[in-house]
Amino acid sequence: MKTWAELQAIKADVNAKVFAASAPGEYRVLIGLATCGIAAGAMPVYDAFKEAAAGNDKCKVGQVGCIGMCQYEPIVEVIEGGKRTTYVKMDAEKAARVYKEHILGGQVVTDYLLVENGITCNSLEDTTFYKLQKRIALRNCGIIDPENIDEYIARDGYAALHKVITEMSSEDIVNVMLDSGLRGRGGAGFPTGRKWSFAAAQQAPQKFVCCNADEGDPGAFMDRSVLEGDPHAVLEAMTIAGKAIGATQGYIYVRAEYPVAVKRLNIAIKQAKEYGLLGDNIMGTDFCFDIGIRLGAGAFVCGEETALMTSIEGKRGEPRPRPPFPAVKGLFQSPTILNNVETYANVAQIILNGAAWFSAMGTEKSKGTKVFALGGKINNTGLVEVPMGTTLRTVVEQIGGGIPNGKKFKAAQTGGPSGGCIPAEHFDVEIDYDNLIAIGSMMGSGGLIVMDEDNCMVDIAKFFLDFTVDESCGKCTPCRIGTRRLYELLEKITGGEGEMADIDELQALAAHIKDNSLCGLGQTAPNPVLSTLRYFRHEYEAHIVDKKCPSHVCRSLLTFTIDPEKCVGCTKCARNCPANAISGTVKEPHVIDHDKCVQCSVCMQNCAFGAISKD
Amino acid sequence: MKKKMSSVPFNGTPEQEAKLDAYIAEHRAEEGCLMPIMQEAQLIYGYLPKEVQIHIAEKLEIPAEEVFGVATFYSMFNLSPKGKYQISVCLGTACYVKGSREVLDKICEILDIQPGECTEDGMFSIEACRCVGACGLAPVMMVNGSDVYGRLKASEVEAIIEKYKEFEREEKEYENMG
Ligand SMILES: Cc1cc2nc3c(=O)[nH]c(=O)nc-3n(C[C@H](O)[C@H](O)[C@H](O)COP(=O)(O)O)c2cc1C
Ligand code: SF4
Ligand code: SF4
Ligand code: SF4
Ligand code: FES
Ligand code: FES
Repeated sequence: MKTWAELQAIKADVNAKVFAASAPGEYRVLIGLATCGIAAGAMPVYDAFKEAAAGNDKCKVGQVGCIGMCQYEPIVEVIEGGKRTTYVKMDAEKAARVYKEHILGGQVVTDYLLVENGITCNSLEDTTFYKLQKRIALRNCGIIDPENIDEYIARDGYAALHKVITEMSSEDIVNVMLDSGLRGRGGAGFPTGRKWSFAAAQQAPQKFVCCNADEGDPGAFMDRSVLEGDPHAVLEAMTIAGKAIGATQGYIYVRAEYPVAVKRLNIAIKQAKEYGLLGDNIMGTDFCFDIGIRLGAGAFVCGEETALMTSIEGKRGEPRPRPPFPAVKGLFQSPTILNNVETYANVAQIILNGAAWFSAMGTEKSKGTKVFALGGKINNTGLVEVPMGTTLRTVVEQIGGGIPNGKKFKAAQTGGPSGGCIPAEHFDVEIDYDNLIAIGSMMGSGGLIVMDEDNCMVDIAKFFLDFTVDESCGKCTPCRIGTRRLYELLEKITGGEGEMADIDELQALAAHIKDNSLCGLGQTAPNPVLSTLRYFRHEYEAHIVDKKCPSHVCRSLLTFTIDPEKCVGCTKCARNCPANAISGTVKEPHVIDHDKCVQCSVCMQNCAFGAISKD
Repeated sequence: MKKKMSSVPFNGTPEQEAKLDAYIAEHRAEEGCLMPIMQEAQLIYGYLPKEVQIHIAEKLEIPAEEVFGVATFYSMFNLSPKGKYQISVCLGTACYVKGSREVLDKICEILDIQPGECTEDGMFSIEACRCVGACGLAPVMMVNGSDVYGRLKASEVEAIIEKYKEFEREEKEYENMG
């Protein structure tokens, strides 16, 4: 156990030795080692620096979580004095050169710096990508070593827990959360303080605090990044929640696809216990709170709150009817609160800085910031945290660096399989919970996938329905059968067999599923269809009436043709066509037999003369 | 979510069973211990044979149907053995819009199997998965849940598969030498 004075000493020590400006000639080299960085090849970079710097006491090599610029991974930061230099797209060879020229020679290797809009940036902090962000939930990600509790403590870690234990009553904590205006970041946006107050009001021998780290929206990775980059922030917040509602046990439900997050959480729990910040008699008081980890097993519906609790109980993760609400009867029939990872990541900061500080950020009804996982057709794929109310245009064009290859923005998809798309005409929408609902999408957990003119919106709707058909737990008929029927209709349309009446049927079916499903999965499953129909009805009509896919995605609707002017008769396409659909003699223009063609596009990829086109 | 029970004969070892029993003994008193036990069993055996599920049910003194029910509900429980190299291609949204379908098709073509299947020699199995959280590097594929390949092109997968075949050949050579 560490006393508060000892924790303060650790904080001062780490700040002086690690975070303060080092003496000239003393270097810290930080390598981003989150899943994304590791996938991009950060491990050999880390090893190269470790090896090069072995025995050099003027150069410390360390790991951090992720800074959120996936596009540029592996990323290395070199810190000397107060100066940060960010190297991007590194590999082991480049690491050796940076070590030799920068660490030993004192010269920045400009070849490996980040170039944004033609401007070379010395450090990440000089980029527009970074400058337009406001990092609260991500404040430690990419800054601290997530496997070292001392570095978390140095950045005010566990100070909020100390404050609630020594100065605040349960009611005080709930009131701060209420006043802050914090709303759940897991999708629905329910006010966190309200949820806590319901559970606090229950009289029960046992209560639970749960954390939803199931991150089921495919294409979202905010929660993973927080867990991998700043796990103690979640532990501290859950403990504060335990104090607020009077619970002694917490569970983090993590999807099993996140092994690095699980590993770091386990390390963090162990360290927090050693310091007396978790477990029995926290900070020497009689407050006890423990946290266990439960792994998901690949069922999207388990992100839904009642299903998640059923799954922690070790059963098939089927949703339960509400009421009773979890705050009254949740996990093991006891009052339970469930919050999302990012929701928790805001809690300690709100306690420390006050409700007014938090509620000064954002819009009238959506306070604070939101983390988005930018993906799809966007230059800067990565994680960004912006104040609520930032426009979609700012996020996509300025922070995200726009669309690659000079293509045009078509839509942004938010809310994953439960959400919808935001078309170009709403590019200037100020992103918050209510504005997104108003235009037929939703905030969701923060996945933001950008699509360009090459993405077919009917195909995207079909993609999401394929997902929900697969993930429907089957407990209720409208969801189980209805989503399958929606999918079949979309398949009919993209297959070129659609009729105009199918659009009406899509709409009627969607309404029926929304109104009659038991849980949020079914209730929101038709959203991708409804929102694409609302803004891209013309694409549906092109598939149905003209039998064309305007974005050239839906294979059955493609026609391949050879331009006789350009074809030199090299025969390559004919030799490679799996369907033997191409005929012609050497040095004569070839032709495709459309009845035989299976639209595989092999010929187009093979023609060196650009003679083949698709329409 | 239909799943097939394996028809491959079960050949667990006493060591494996002892390991599982030790884990069960340690955790059986915890509320909700069934899933963690099944997850551990899958780690030990590589999949969840019917025999192992029945064993777990007997040890925990619960109906075998309950264990089967959980095993079939969650997609990560494998009821039949996987390849030595388990390839999963991400079909999450970020990867899908960047063309991961083509990557998956290409691998199926190279290995001549469909998603969910295993090659005859037991070397490779392939499946589609949903988002491994490396969306920024889309399209993404994983081998054995740990080797992650990002920013993939369909034209690159052949070389990756070759790499694992090469491992295999080297391993065989060592065996022959030793
Ligand atoms: C089908 C379905 C899947 C969900 N998946 C998640 C998820 O992966 N992560 C999450 O935090 N919330 C998810 N939710 C929302 C949760 O039910 C719940 O509202 C949330 O975790 C509450 O936390 P918050 O108030 O902090 O947002 C999902 C809801 C539904 C209906
Ligand atoms: S709506 Fe769908 S996922 Fe939800 S309980 Fe019904 S069948 Fe299961
Ligand atoms: S590959 Fe191109 S140039 Fe050669 S025969 Fe085919 S269409 Fe003509
Ligand atoms: S698209 Fe495929 S099947 Fe059709 S002509 Fe070209 S190679 Fe042959
Ligand atoms: S840089 Fe970590 S999420 Fe990509
Ligand atoms: S969508 Fe493929 S890694 Fe997330």
